[in-house]
Amino acid sequence: MSLLPTEISFHHTPLEDEHIALGAKMVGFGGWFMPLQYENIISEWEYNRKKVSIFDCSHMGEFIIKGEAVIGGLDRIVTQTIADMPLKTCRYGAMLNDSGGVIDDLIVYRKAPQEWMIVVNAANIEKAARHFRAHLNHNAHFEDISFKTAKLDLQGPQSRDVLKIFAPGVEKLNYYTFDQFQILGIPCLISRTGYTGELGYEIYCPWEKCKEIWKSILNNDTVKPTGLGVRDVLRVEMCYSLYGHELEENISPLEAGLEKFIDEQKEFIGRRAILSRQPLRRIVYFVSASRKSPRAGHKILDDQGQDIGEVTSGTFSPALEKGIGIGFMNIMAKTVENKIFFGDQKNKAAASVVQRPFYKGGSLKA
Amino acid sequence: MEIEENYLYTKEHEWVSIEDNIATMGISDYAQEALGDVTYVELPQEEVEVEQFEQFVSVESVKAASDIYAPMGGKVTEVNRKLEDTPALINKDCYGKGWIAKIEVRDMDESTNLMSAEEYRNYLESLGA
Repeated sequence: MSLLPTEISFHHTPLEDEHIALGAKMVGFGGWFMPLQYENIISEWEYNRKKVSIFDCSHMGEFIIKGEAVIGGLDRIVTQTIADMPLKTCRYGAMLNDSGGVIDDLIVYRKAPQEWMIVVNAANIEKAARHFRAHLNHNAHFEDISFKTAKLDLQGPQSRDVLKIFAPGVEKLNYYTFDQFQILGIPCLISRTGYTGELGYEIYCPWEKCKEIWKSILNNDTVKPTGLGVRDVLRVEMCYSLYGHELEENISPLEAGLEKFIDEQKEFIGRRAILSRQPLRRIVYFVSASRKSPRAGHKILDDQGQDIGEVTSGTFSPALEKGIGIGFMNIMAKTVENKIFFGDQKNKAAASVVQRPFYKGGSLKA
Repeated sequence: MEIEENYLYTKEHEWVSIEDNIATMGISDYAQEALGDVTYVELPQEEVEVEQFEQFVSVESVKAASDIYAPMGGKVTEVNRKLEDTPALINKDCYGKGWIAKIEVRDMDESTNLMSAEEYRNYLESLGA
């Protein structure tokens, strides 16, 4: 059996000692030293889908931008409509380069008429900050608060029942809205968002106070810590894209299935490029015919064994008890009754292309 | 970390137990622990001939697939079909019910390329396990 080597130098979240004390298996992810799992992936998966889990997501990046959206330049940087966003709501979208490739996917929070929080991926903090600094004008003020802001995700059907004990009023938050709360007297921004497909919240708190909040929420017997391993299984089951897999600087957001998050009526960087280019491939979601799982890097083949695409994410799905995958398929490729194969010419396994999401039983909108 | 005393081991963490000329093989406790929940085992064909240390099985966990190598060369005479529906037997009982395949050994001298339980224990310590 061969085991993989790991990266060497990492950023560290404020909870690293806690994870190690809890017996987490630690790995490098996006330049950060993060908990992969505490017990095992399947039991943590089940706990999240049925009860409530807490994830350390302090590695994610947060920026504050002050200024009027259009005049300051923010509106031109992001693909989604933001000028009409009600206060205390969030919107998912992306930022593109001139040629229409995805620099990062992100969530915009409208904190005040002229104050925005942008949440970006851990691995993209530096390049995203550079892009904002380059394209915001003197009417906007930009601040990178990534290393001052920790983030804890509380996710699962019982998350509301638990979180309202710590942050009364949080039960009133609707999907994709947020507000300011206090947990143990510590000011936190809490949004009803997540990456699991379950009812859940993201708690943004001061870096140095994060440990207090983590410990007291974990003190509640209902809550268990959960690692990035399960986080990835949960997001693939929901067909959520992950930067570096389904989203990249050489992938158009239209190929990646982000149409809903692009306002073609407004002007934004990369707009002309994505609208003038014919998509060459399309994102597909597929279920293995067996327990054998597709993996990133596998080829997608047709029934003649022709190479028609590539797998970008793959995992075993505990919900379906089958392998599931996401990948890009040549737009011209024809399949018979949605049947494809994954693997390589020598060793391939059958699968069927399906509609997203794979997992339909989530409590997301509960 | 459990190590079965009478078995032989490879550096890639396969174990083998040889009786007469039949070698029963699987993966060690260290390997199953490192893999996590086993979700799928791609078993070899019966009757196929394998060389010692040739990749002949693939074991998948939720997030990864790992190659498994034949600890002894010879003909695969039997595979553990129970793993098709309950691959987690490898996690539950890696040295017993989680065996993977039986190989009819061609050259018994190949066993000198393997480690005793004692040597494997020292080897794991050298890996920092």
